[in-house]
Amino acid sequence: MIHFLLKGVLHDRHRSLLPLIVITLGVALTVLGHAWVNGVLGESFVMSAHFSTGHLKAMTRAYAEEQDQMPIDLALIGVKEIMDELAGIGEVDWAPRIRFGGLIDFPDESGSTRSQGPATGFAVDLLTPGSKEIDRFNLTSSILSGHIPTREEEALITYDFAEKFHIQPGDRFTFFGSTMEGSMAFGNFIVAGTVRFGAEALDHGAILIDLTAGQRMLGMPDAAGEILGFFNNNRYDQKEAQAIADSFNARRSGSTDEFAPLMVTMRDQEGMAQLFDYTHIISAILITAFVLAMSVVLWNTGLIGGLRRYGEFGVRLALGEEKSHIYRTLIYEALLIGLIGSVIGTVVGLALALYLQVVGLDMGDAMRASTMMMPSVIRTQVTATDFWIGFIPGLFSMTLGNALSGLGIYKRSTAHLFKELEA
Amino acid sequence: MSKIGLSMLALLIVPPLSAQNANEILARVDQNLSATNRVMESEMTIHGRRSSRTLTAKSYAEGTKKSFTEYLSPVAEKGTKMLKLEGRLWIYSPATDRIIQISGHLLRQSVMGSDLSYEDLMDDRKLSEIYRAELMGEEQIGERVAWVLELTAVVADAAYPKQKLWIDRERFVPLKQELYAKSGKQLKNVLFQDVKKIEGRWFPCAYVYKDLLKQGKGTEVKINRIAFDQPIPDYLFTKAALKQ
Repeated sequence: MIHFLLKGVLHDRHRSLLPLIVITLGVALTVLGHAWVNGVLGESFVMSAHFSTGHLKAMTRAYAEEQDQMPIDLALIGVKEIMDELAGIGEVDWAPRIRFGGLIDFPDESGSTRSQGPATGFAVDLLTPGSKEIDRFNLTSSILSGHIPTREEEALITYDFAEKFHIQPGDRFTFFGSTMEGSMAFGNFIVAGTVRFGAEALDHGAILIDLTAGQRMLGMPDAAGEILGFFNNNRYDQKEAQAIADSFNARRSGSTDEFAPLMVTMRDQEGMAQLFDYTHIISAILITAFVLAMSVVLWNTGLIGGLRRYGEFGVRLALGEEKSHIYRTLIYEALLIGLIGSVIGTVVGLALALYLQVVGLDMGDAMRASTMMMPSVIRTQVTATDFWIGFIPGLFSMTLGNALSGLGIYKRSTAHLFKELEA
Repeated sequence: MSKIGLSMLALLIVPPLSAQNANEILARVDQNLSATNRVMESEMTIHGRRSSRTLTAKSYAEGTKKSFTEYLSPVAEKGTKMLKLEGRLWIYSPATDRIIQISGHLLRQSVMGSDLSYEDLMDDRKLSEIYRAELMGEEQIGERVAWVLELTAVVADAAYPKQKLWIDRERFVPLKQELYAKSGKQLKNVLFQDVKKIEGRWFPCAYVYKDLLKQGKGTEVKINRIAFDQPIPDYLFTKAALKQ
């Protein structure tokens, strides 16, 4: 019978084409919507990871307790040795960084202080060929003027900072802060370019310099505030991260040294666990709302489909077909159309989602005024759920709509059929 | 006579520890600590969480508004100079050949990672100019008997709105100092040691500072040589002197 119904569905486009198109579109939108929500929320985590937390972070135990204060006096020493150890762990790229605070002083023509302001600094590997830090900080698309530093004495400063102090690429400034030992740290830099990261906290006043320049200025040879780990596929995996952190920490479990390295996962860092849980809840609510909305649309399609065939059912009843048989075939047809539509819709939705995952959608202009830590290029994120989530509205809602509209078949009286058909 | 009666009589006979007396004590302390000018060589040992290090410096001060300090060692700090003029502070770094003015909240930052802030270094005003004193009693500090004074700032720009000061009854030098925020939270304490008679005045030649908001074991300051009322060339208190 299914073969017979399938023939009917494929050949009688009048009754199957419109529902199929609606289901395909609805399912494709559901899949794309799910991947989009996952992608947008996921991207904000990606940005947090890239700028601050990494997927994993190694630092000293003492630093971990006060990391909000950027305490470079508690930094990791012997970074080369730790990097050698980390090189053999998992599919992870490790990046030493220094976050520091201080004062930026812009000189006048005579070399005296013209203006100055507090700044947050990042010393990251900008100059080593193949370093992924430029991509992590999204520098290529965040840079508004000038260029990415090509020499140790060059620095990037945030656009808002540059505007406030009337600074342009090529201008010079002096950083004044503290070394790892607590001595005064001074460093002269040339502004290579201005950047806007899209996060108020950073854009307010930050500088980005090369790691080697930072280590020299802050008296930190072979030292770094933190070593961040990033999974090579750029997707955070809590289980894998936890396993790596546990294995790393187990090797130091006997030490009581407050300066012994400690590794934490992204989730273990301050506020991230709540953010993870909150995001999952928000994601679930958004996706449920979307799926429910699509279900209502497709249910309605099923209802309309059933009602449109009111006359056909009357003829079939008049020809002696049993009500239950008509009802069953209606359900089977709905299932078939729902299945075909869901499969096509899922394929279309996945194709679009995969395209946007790879290429992304540049929202840079729209997010100029955004204060959230969000990337300017939004990408979808295709997950296993995308392969089945479209079947909820596509299959069940369509079938349910037809089942409800088909109940009318049982209410029809055979005695009045010919009168109805004549009318 | 009953005990209560005796106590009442004692209150009538013994003069009260008046505010007048407390402020007089403070003025005597100022006489010991302040000078028209002074030249000083000192070393500062900073006991951090990880290690300790010692810096040496030579300072020149004229009155309470002008001072010039040059760091002599270690190598990393050698040649770094600080100039204070009328409440403004400049720092010269030989590595960058820049003079940077320090102002605002940065003055509350630690100097060289020590337990002293720039504000601590800058505020050379006489205690009696900044605070109103109240005598709280007497206490034994080591082998010395000390008056305990509670100081409340009478100027708006005092680095510490309240202080508690233990003054040697005989020598009129501080032996211990507690520094408080406006909220009443204690921020630092200072121990004064190695009190010597120099050029007719008692002067503490060693201090131990402890910033209570900072982890670490405190900062020791030791004065190796101090001379009062020395001729100091005027050019030293100019920005030009920083680069020389």
